[in-house]
Amino acid sequence: MELREYDLNMGPQHPSTHGVLRLKLAVDNEVVLGVEPVLGYLHRGMEKLWESLTYHQVVPLTDRLDYLASLSNNLGYCLTVEKLAGIEVPGRARYIRVVLAELQRLASHLAWVGFMANDIGAMSVLLYAFEAREDVLDIFEEYCGARLTLHGIRIGGAVRDLDAPLVARIRAVLGKVPDRLDDVRALLDENRIWKERTVGVGRLSGADAVAHGLTGPALRASGVPWDMRKDIPYSSYDDFDFEVPLGANGDVYDRYLVRLGEIGQSIRIVRQALDGLPDGEFAAKVPRVLKIAPGEAFHTIEAPKGVLGFTVRSNGTDKPERVKMRSPSFINLQALDAMCRGYMFSDVIGILGSLDIVLGEIDK
Amino acid sequence: MTPFVADVLIPVGKIVAVILYPMIMVVVMIWLERRVVALMQLRLGPNRVGFQGLAQPVADAVKLFFKEDIRPRQADRLLFNIAPVLVMFTSLLAFAFMPLGEPVRIGAYTLTLWIAESPVGLLIVLGLSSISVFGVIFGGWAANSKYPLMGALRSVVQVLSYEIPLGLTVLTVAFAARSMDLVEIVRRQESSGVWYGFLMPVSFVVFWISAVAETNRAPFDLPEAESELVAGYHTEYSGMKFAYFYMAEYAHMVLVSSLVVNLFFGGWLAPFPSVPALDFLEVVPGFVWYLVKIMFFLYLYVWIRATFPRYRFDSLIRLVWKWLIPLALLNFLVVALVRYLR
Repeated sequence: MELREYDLNMGPQHPSTHGVLRLKLAVDNEVVLGVEPVLGYLHRGMEKLWESLTYHQVVPLTDRLDYLASLSNNLGYCLTVEKLAGIEVPGRARYIRVVLAELQRLASHLAWVGFMANDIGAMSVLLYAFEAREDVLDIFEEYCGARLTLHGIRIGGAVRDLDAPLVARIRAVLGKVPDRLDDVRALLDENRIWKERTVGVGRLSGADAVAHGLTGPALRASGVPWDMRKDIPYSSYDDFDFEVPLGANGDVYDRYLVRLGEIGQSIRIVRQALDGLPDGEFAAKVPRVLKIAPGEAFHTIEAPKGVLGFTVRSNGTDKPERVKMRSPSFINLQALDAMCRGYMFSDVIGILGSLDIVLGEIDK
Repeated sequence: MTPFVADVLIPVGKIVAVILYPMIMVVVMIWLERRVVALMQLRLGPNRVGFQGLAQPVADAVKLFFKEDIRPRQADRLLFNIAPVLVMFTSLLAFAFMPLGEPVRIGAYTLTLWIAESPVGLLIVLGLSSISVFGVIFGGWAANSKYPLMGALRSVVQVLSYEIPLGLTVLTVAFAARSMDLVEIVRRQESSGVWYGFLMPVSFVVFWISAVAETNRAPFDLPEAESELVAGYHTEYSGMKFAYFYMAEYAHMVLVSSLVVNLFFGGWLAPFPSVPALDFLEVVPGFVWYLVKIMFFLYLYVWIRATFPRYRFDSLIRLVWKWLIPLALLNFLVVALVRYLR
């Protein structure tokens, strides 16, 4: 029988594309010759919509970008607006933001481990990871009433103060998360099948990763030490002592280890931030109608998925003239083709999973 | 006992029992799998329909029965319809040769708990089990759709791999028992006083791994890998045809577990026959022992599924051809030598 190269359409309703992503795969039997992501199924015209809303009204919409890490989007946008408007954020508010952002990173990475393992076929890990994530979401619920789209960070600070019972609760959850993580690691770390599916799969060298504009854990798994929290610190991140986990081979397994390492570092940062929580206001006084003189500002943060950047241009009114977003998932996805070529069809699912994409912020 | 009862009623009753028995086990297994996996994963699982959710599989079957039967327009009608029947039929037919318990004496009449005792029973069961793979291949091919086709191709690759170690280990059992008759194999384990699973542990391990692959179960569920191939070979099936595939998978698991128990763990025999203090175990009917043993292996299936990720198919081939087949061959050689020297 003659085997021909044929196109396989994966998605937009495929169970493993994490939302409505469509991949056009060129395959020879099960060997992948090329991958072309087709985007836009979730396009909601976010950036255009923001132009008709006031600066404050944009914040809850940023929740809907990367919906697994809504606080990081809030933070990225608010920091940019504050930079543009010259708003000074109080020290306590900056610490609260760090606590929230790191808890969000924890939740996002835990969800990632679960989904990733489920894609590879280890379905129990999904439930163990989500058990831990539930605890973190419960904290969010107590903090601001929402679990997924939080809108917890506002321009000028945070929505609420961290009171003593909540701090105690966060500490309790931080003590529990490592136990759950140990369950996950016991099932995966030295599992032969897991390693066969991930070690050496989807390799990308550090130079290639930089050339593709890859950021976040996927970049650091390729051995490039680039973390906005360390390199261009924002929101008092330079006060804290933490490490940036690095991988060596740039394969799926390293991305897994890097993310698990980051969970540990996030716990460390949250503990330090809670210990050193300064007194003061939890938010700066920001006028209800915020009018910003004409200008433009760009600010980046280290979101769980990579470098998240916002460009905001103002025109003197209470509405932004233009908001442009550099979404990490969108740019990371461009490296998929380079990662998948020559690997098996089954690996595409693992590699796609290892990039940790969220369609909400790809299609915007 | 009148000849009518002995020649007509009992055989008919047995045939009905042999069809009912796997179906009941399928219902129990579907429930057990969903419930046990759920509890292993800190979930509850189905617990609403009936006692502890036991009637859930029945409810599912009723639902599937009323579903529309969809056949894709481009599908090959004959093969598309035959495939689920073939899978189900072969799984059920094999039970005719499976001894489920020791013969029961009713007066002068001996009731055997199997339909047919054949000198090549083992070969027939293995053959039927292999034919059911054709159902998978036909189903994937006939749907004329890409994901089912890939599922079918993976199935072919899988058959080419695991059937060889499976056959080689079955041969060692036939050597030890000097018979291919399943009933005779159990009787030999009784007379020799040691179960073949303990006599030839390598055979058992290789057989079990191949058997998991044969039933398309995790970590070898490549033909239906839901995160890759949507549902693999049965993606295009709906309603009762899908239910046939679904039930056949569980019937096949019961069949393979029965085979493992009969070949390696003494079928209906009570454990520890040589310890006089444990003679009271003999009072328990053979069928119960058989059930206890297969439930252990069925539980093992579920446990494995909850624990391991899925193999990629090239690593499955590597595992089988580089490890299992050489191991099975070596094991075969050793067993043959020992058998020859004794």
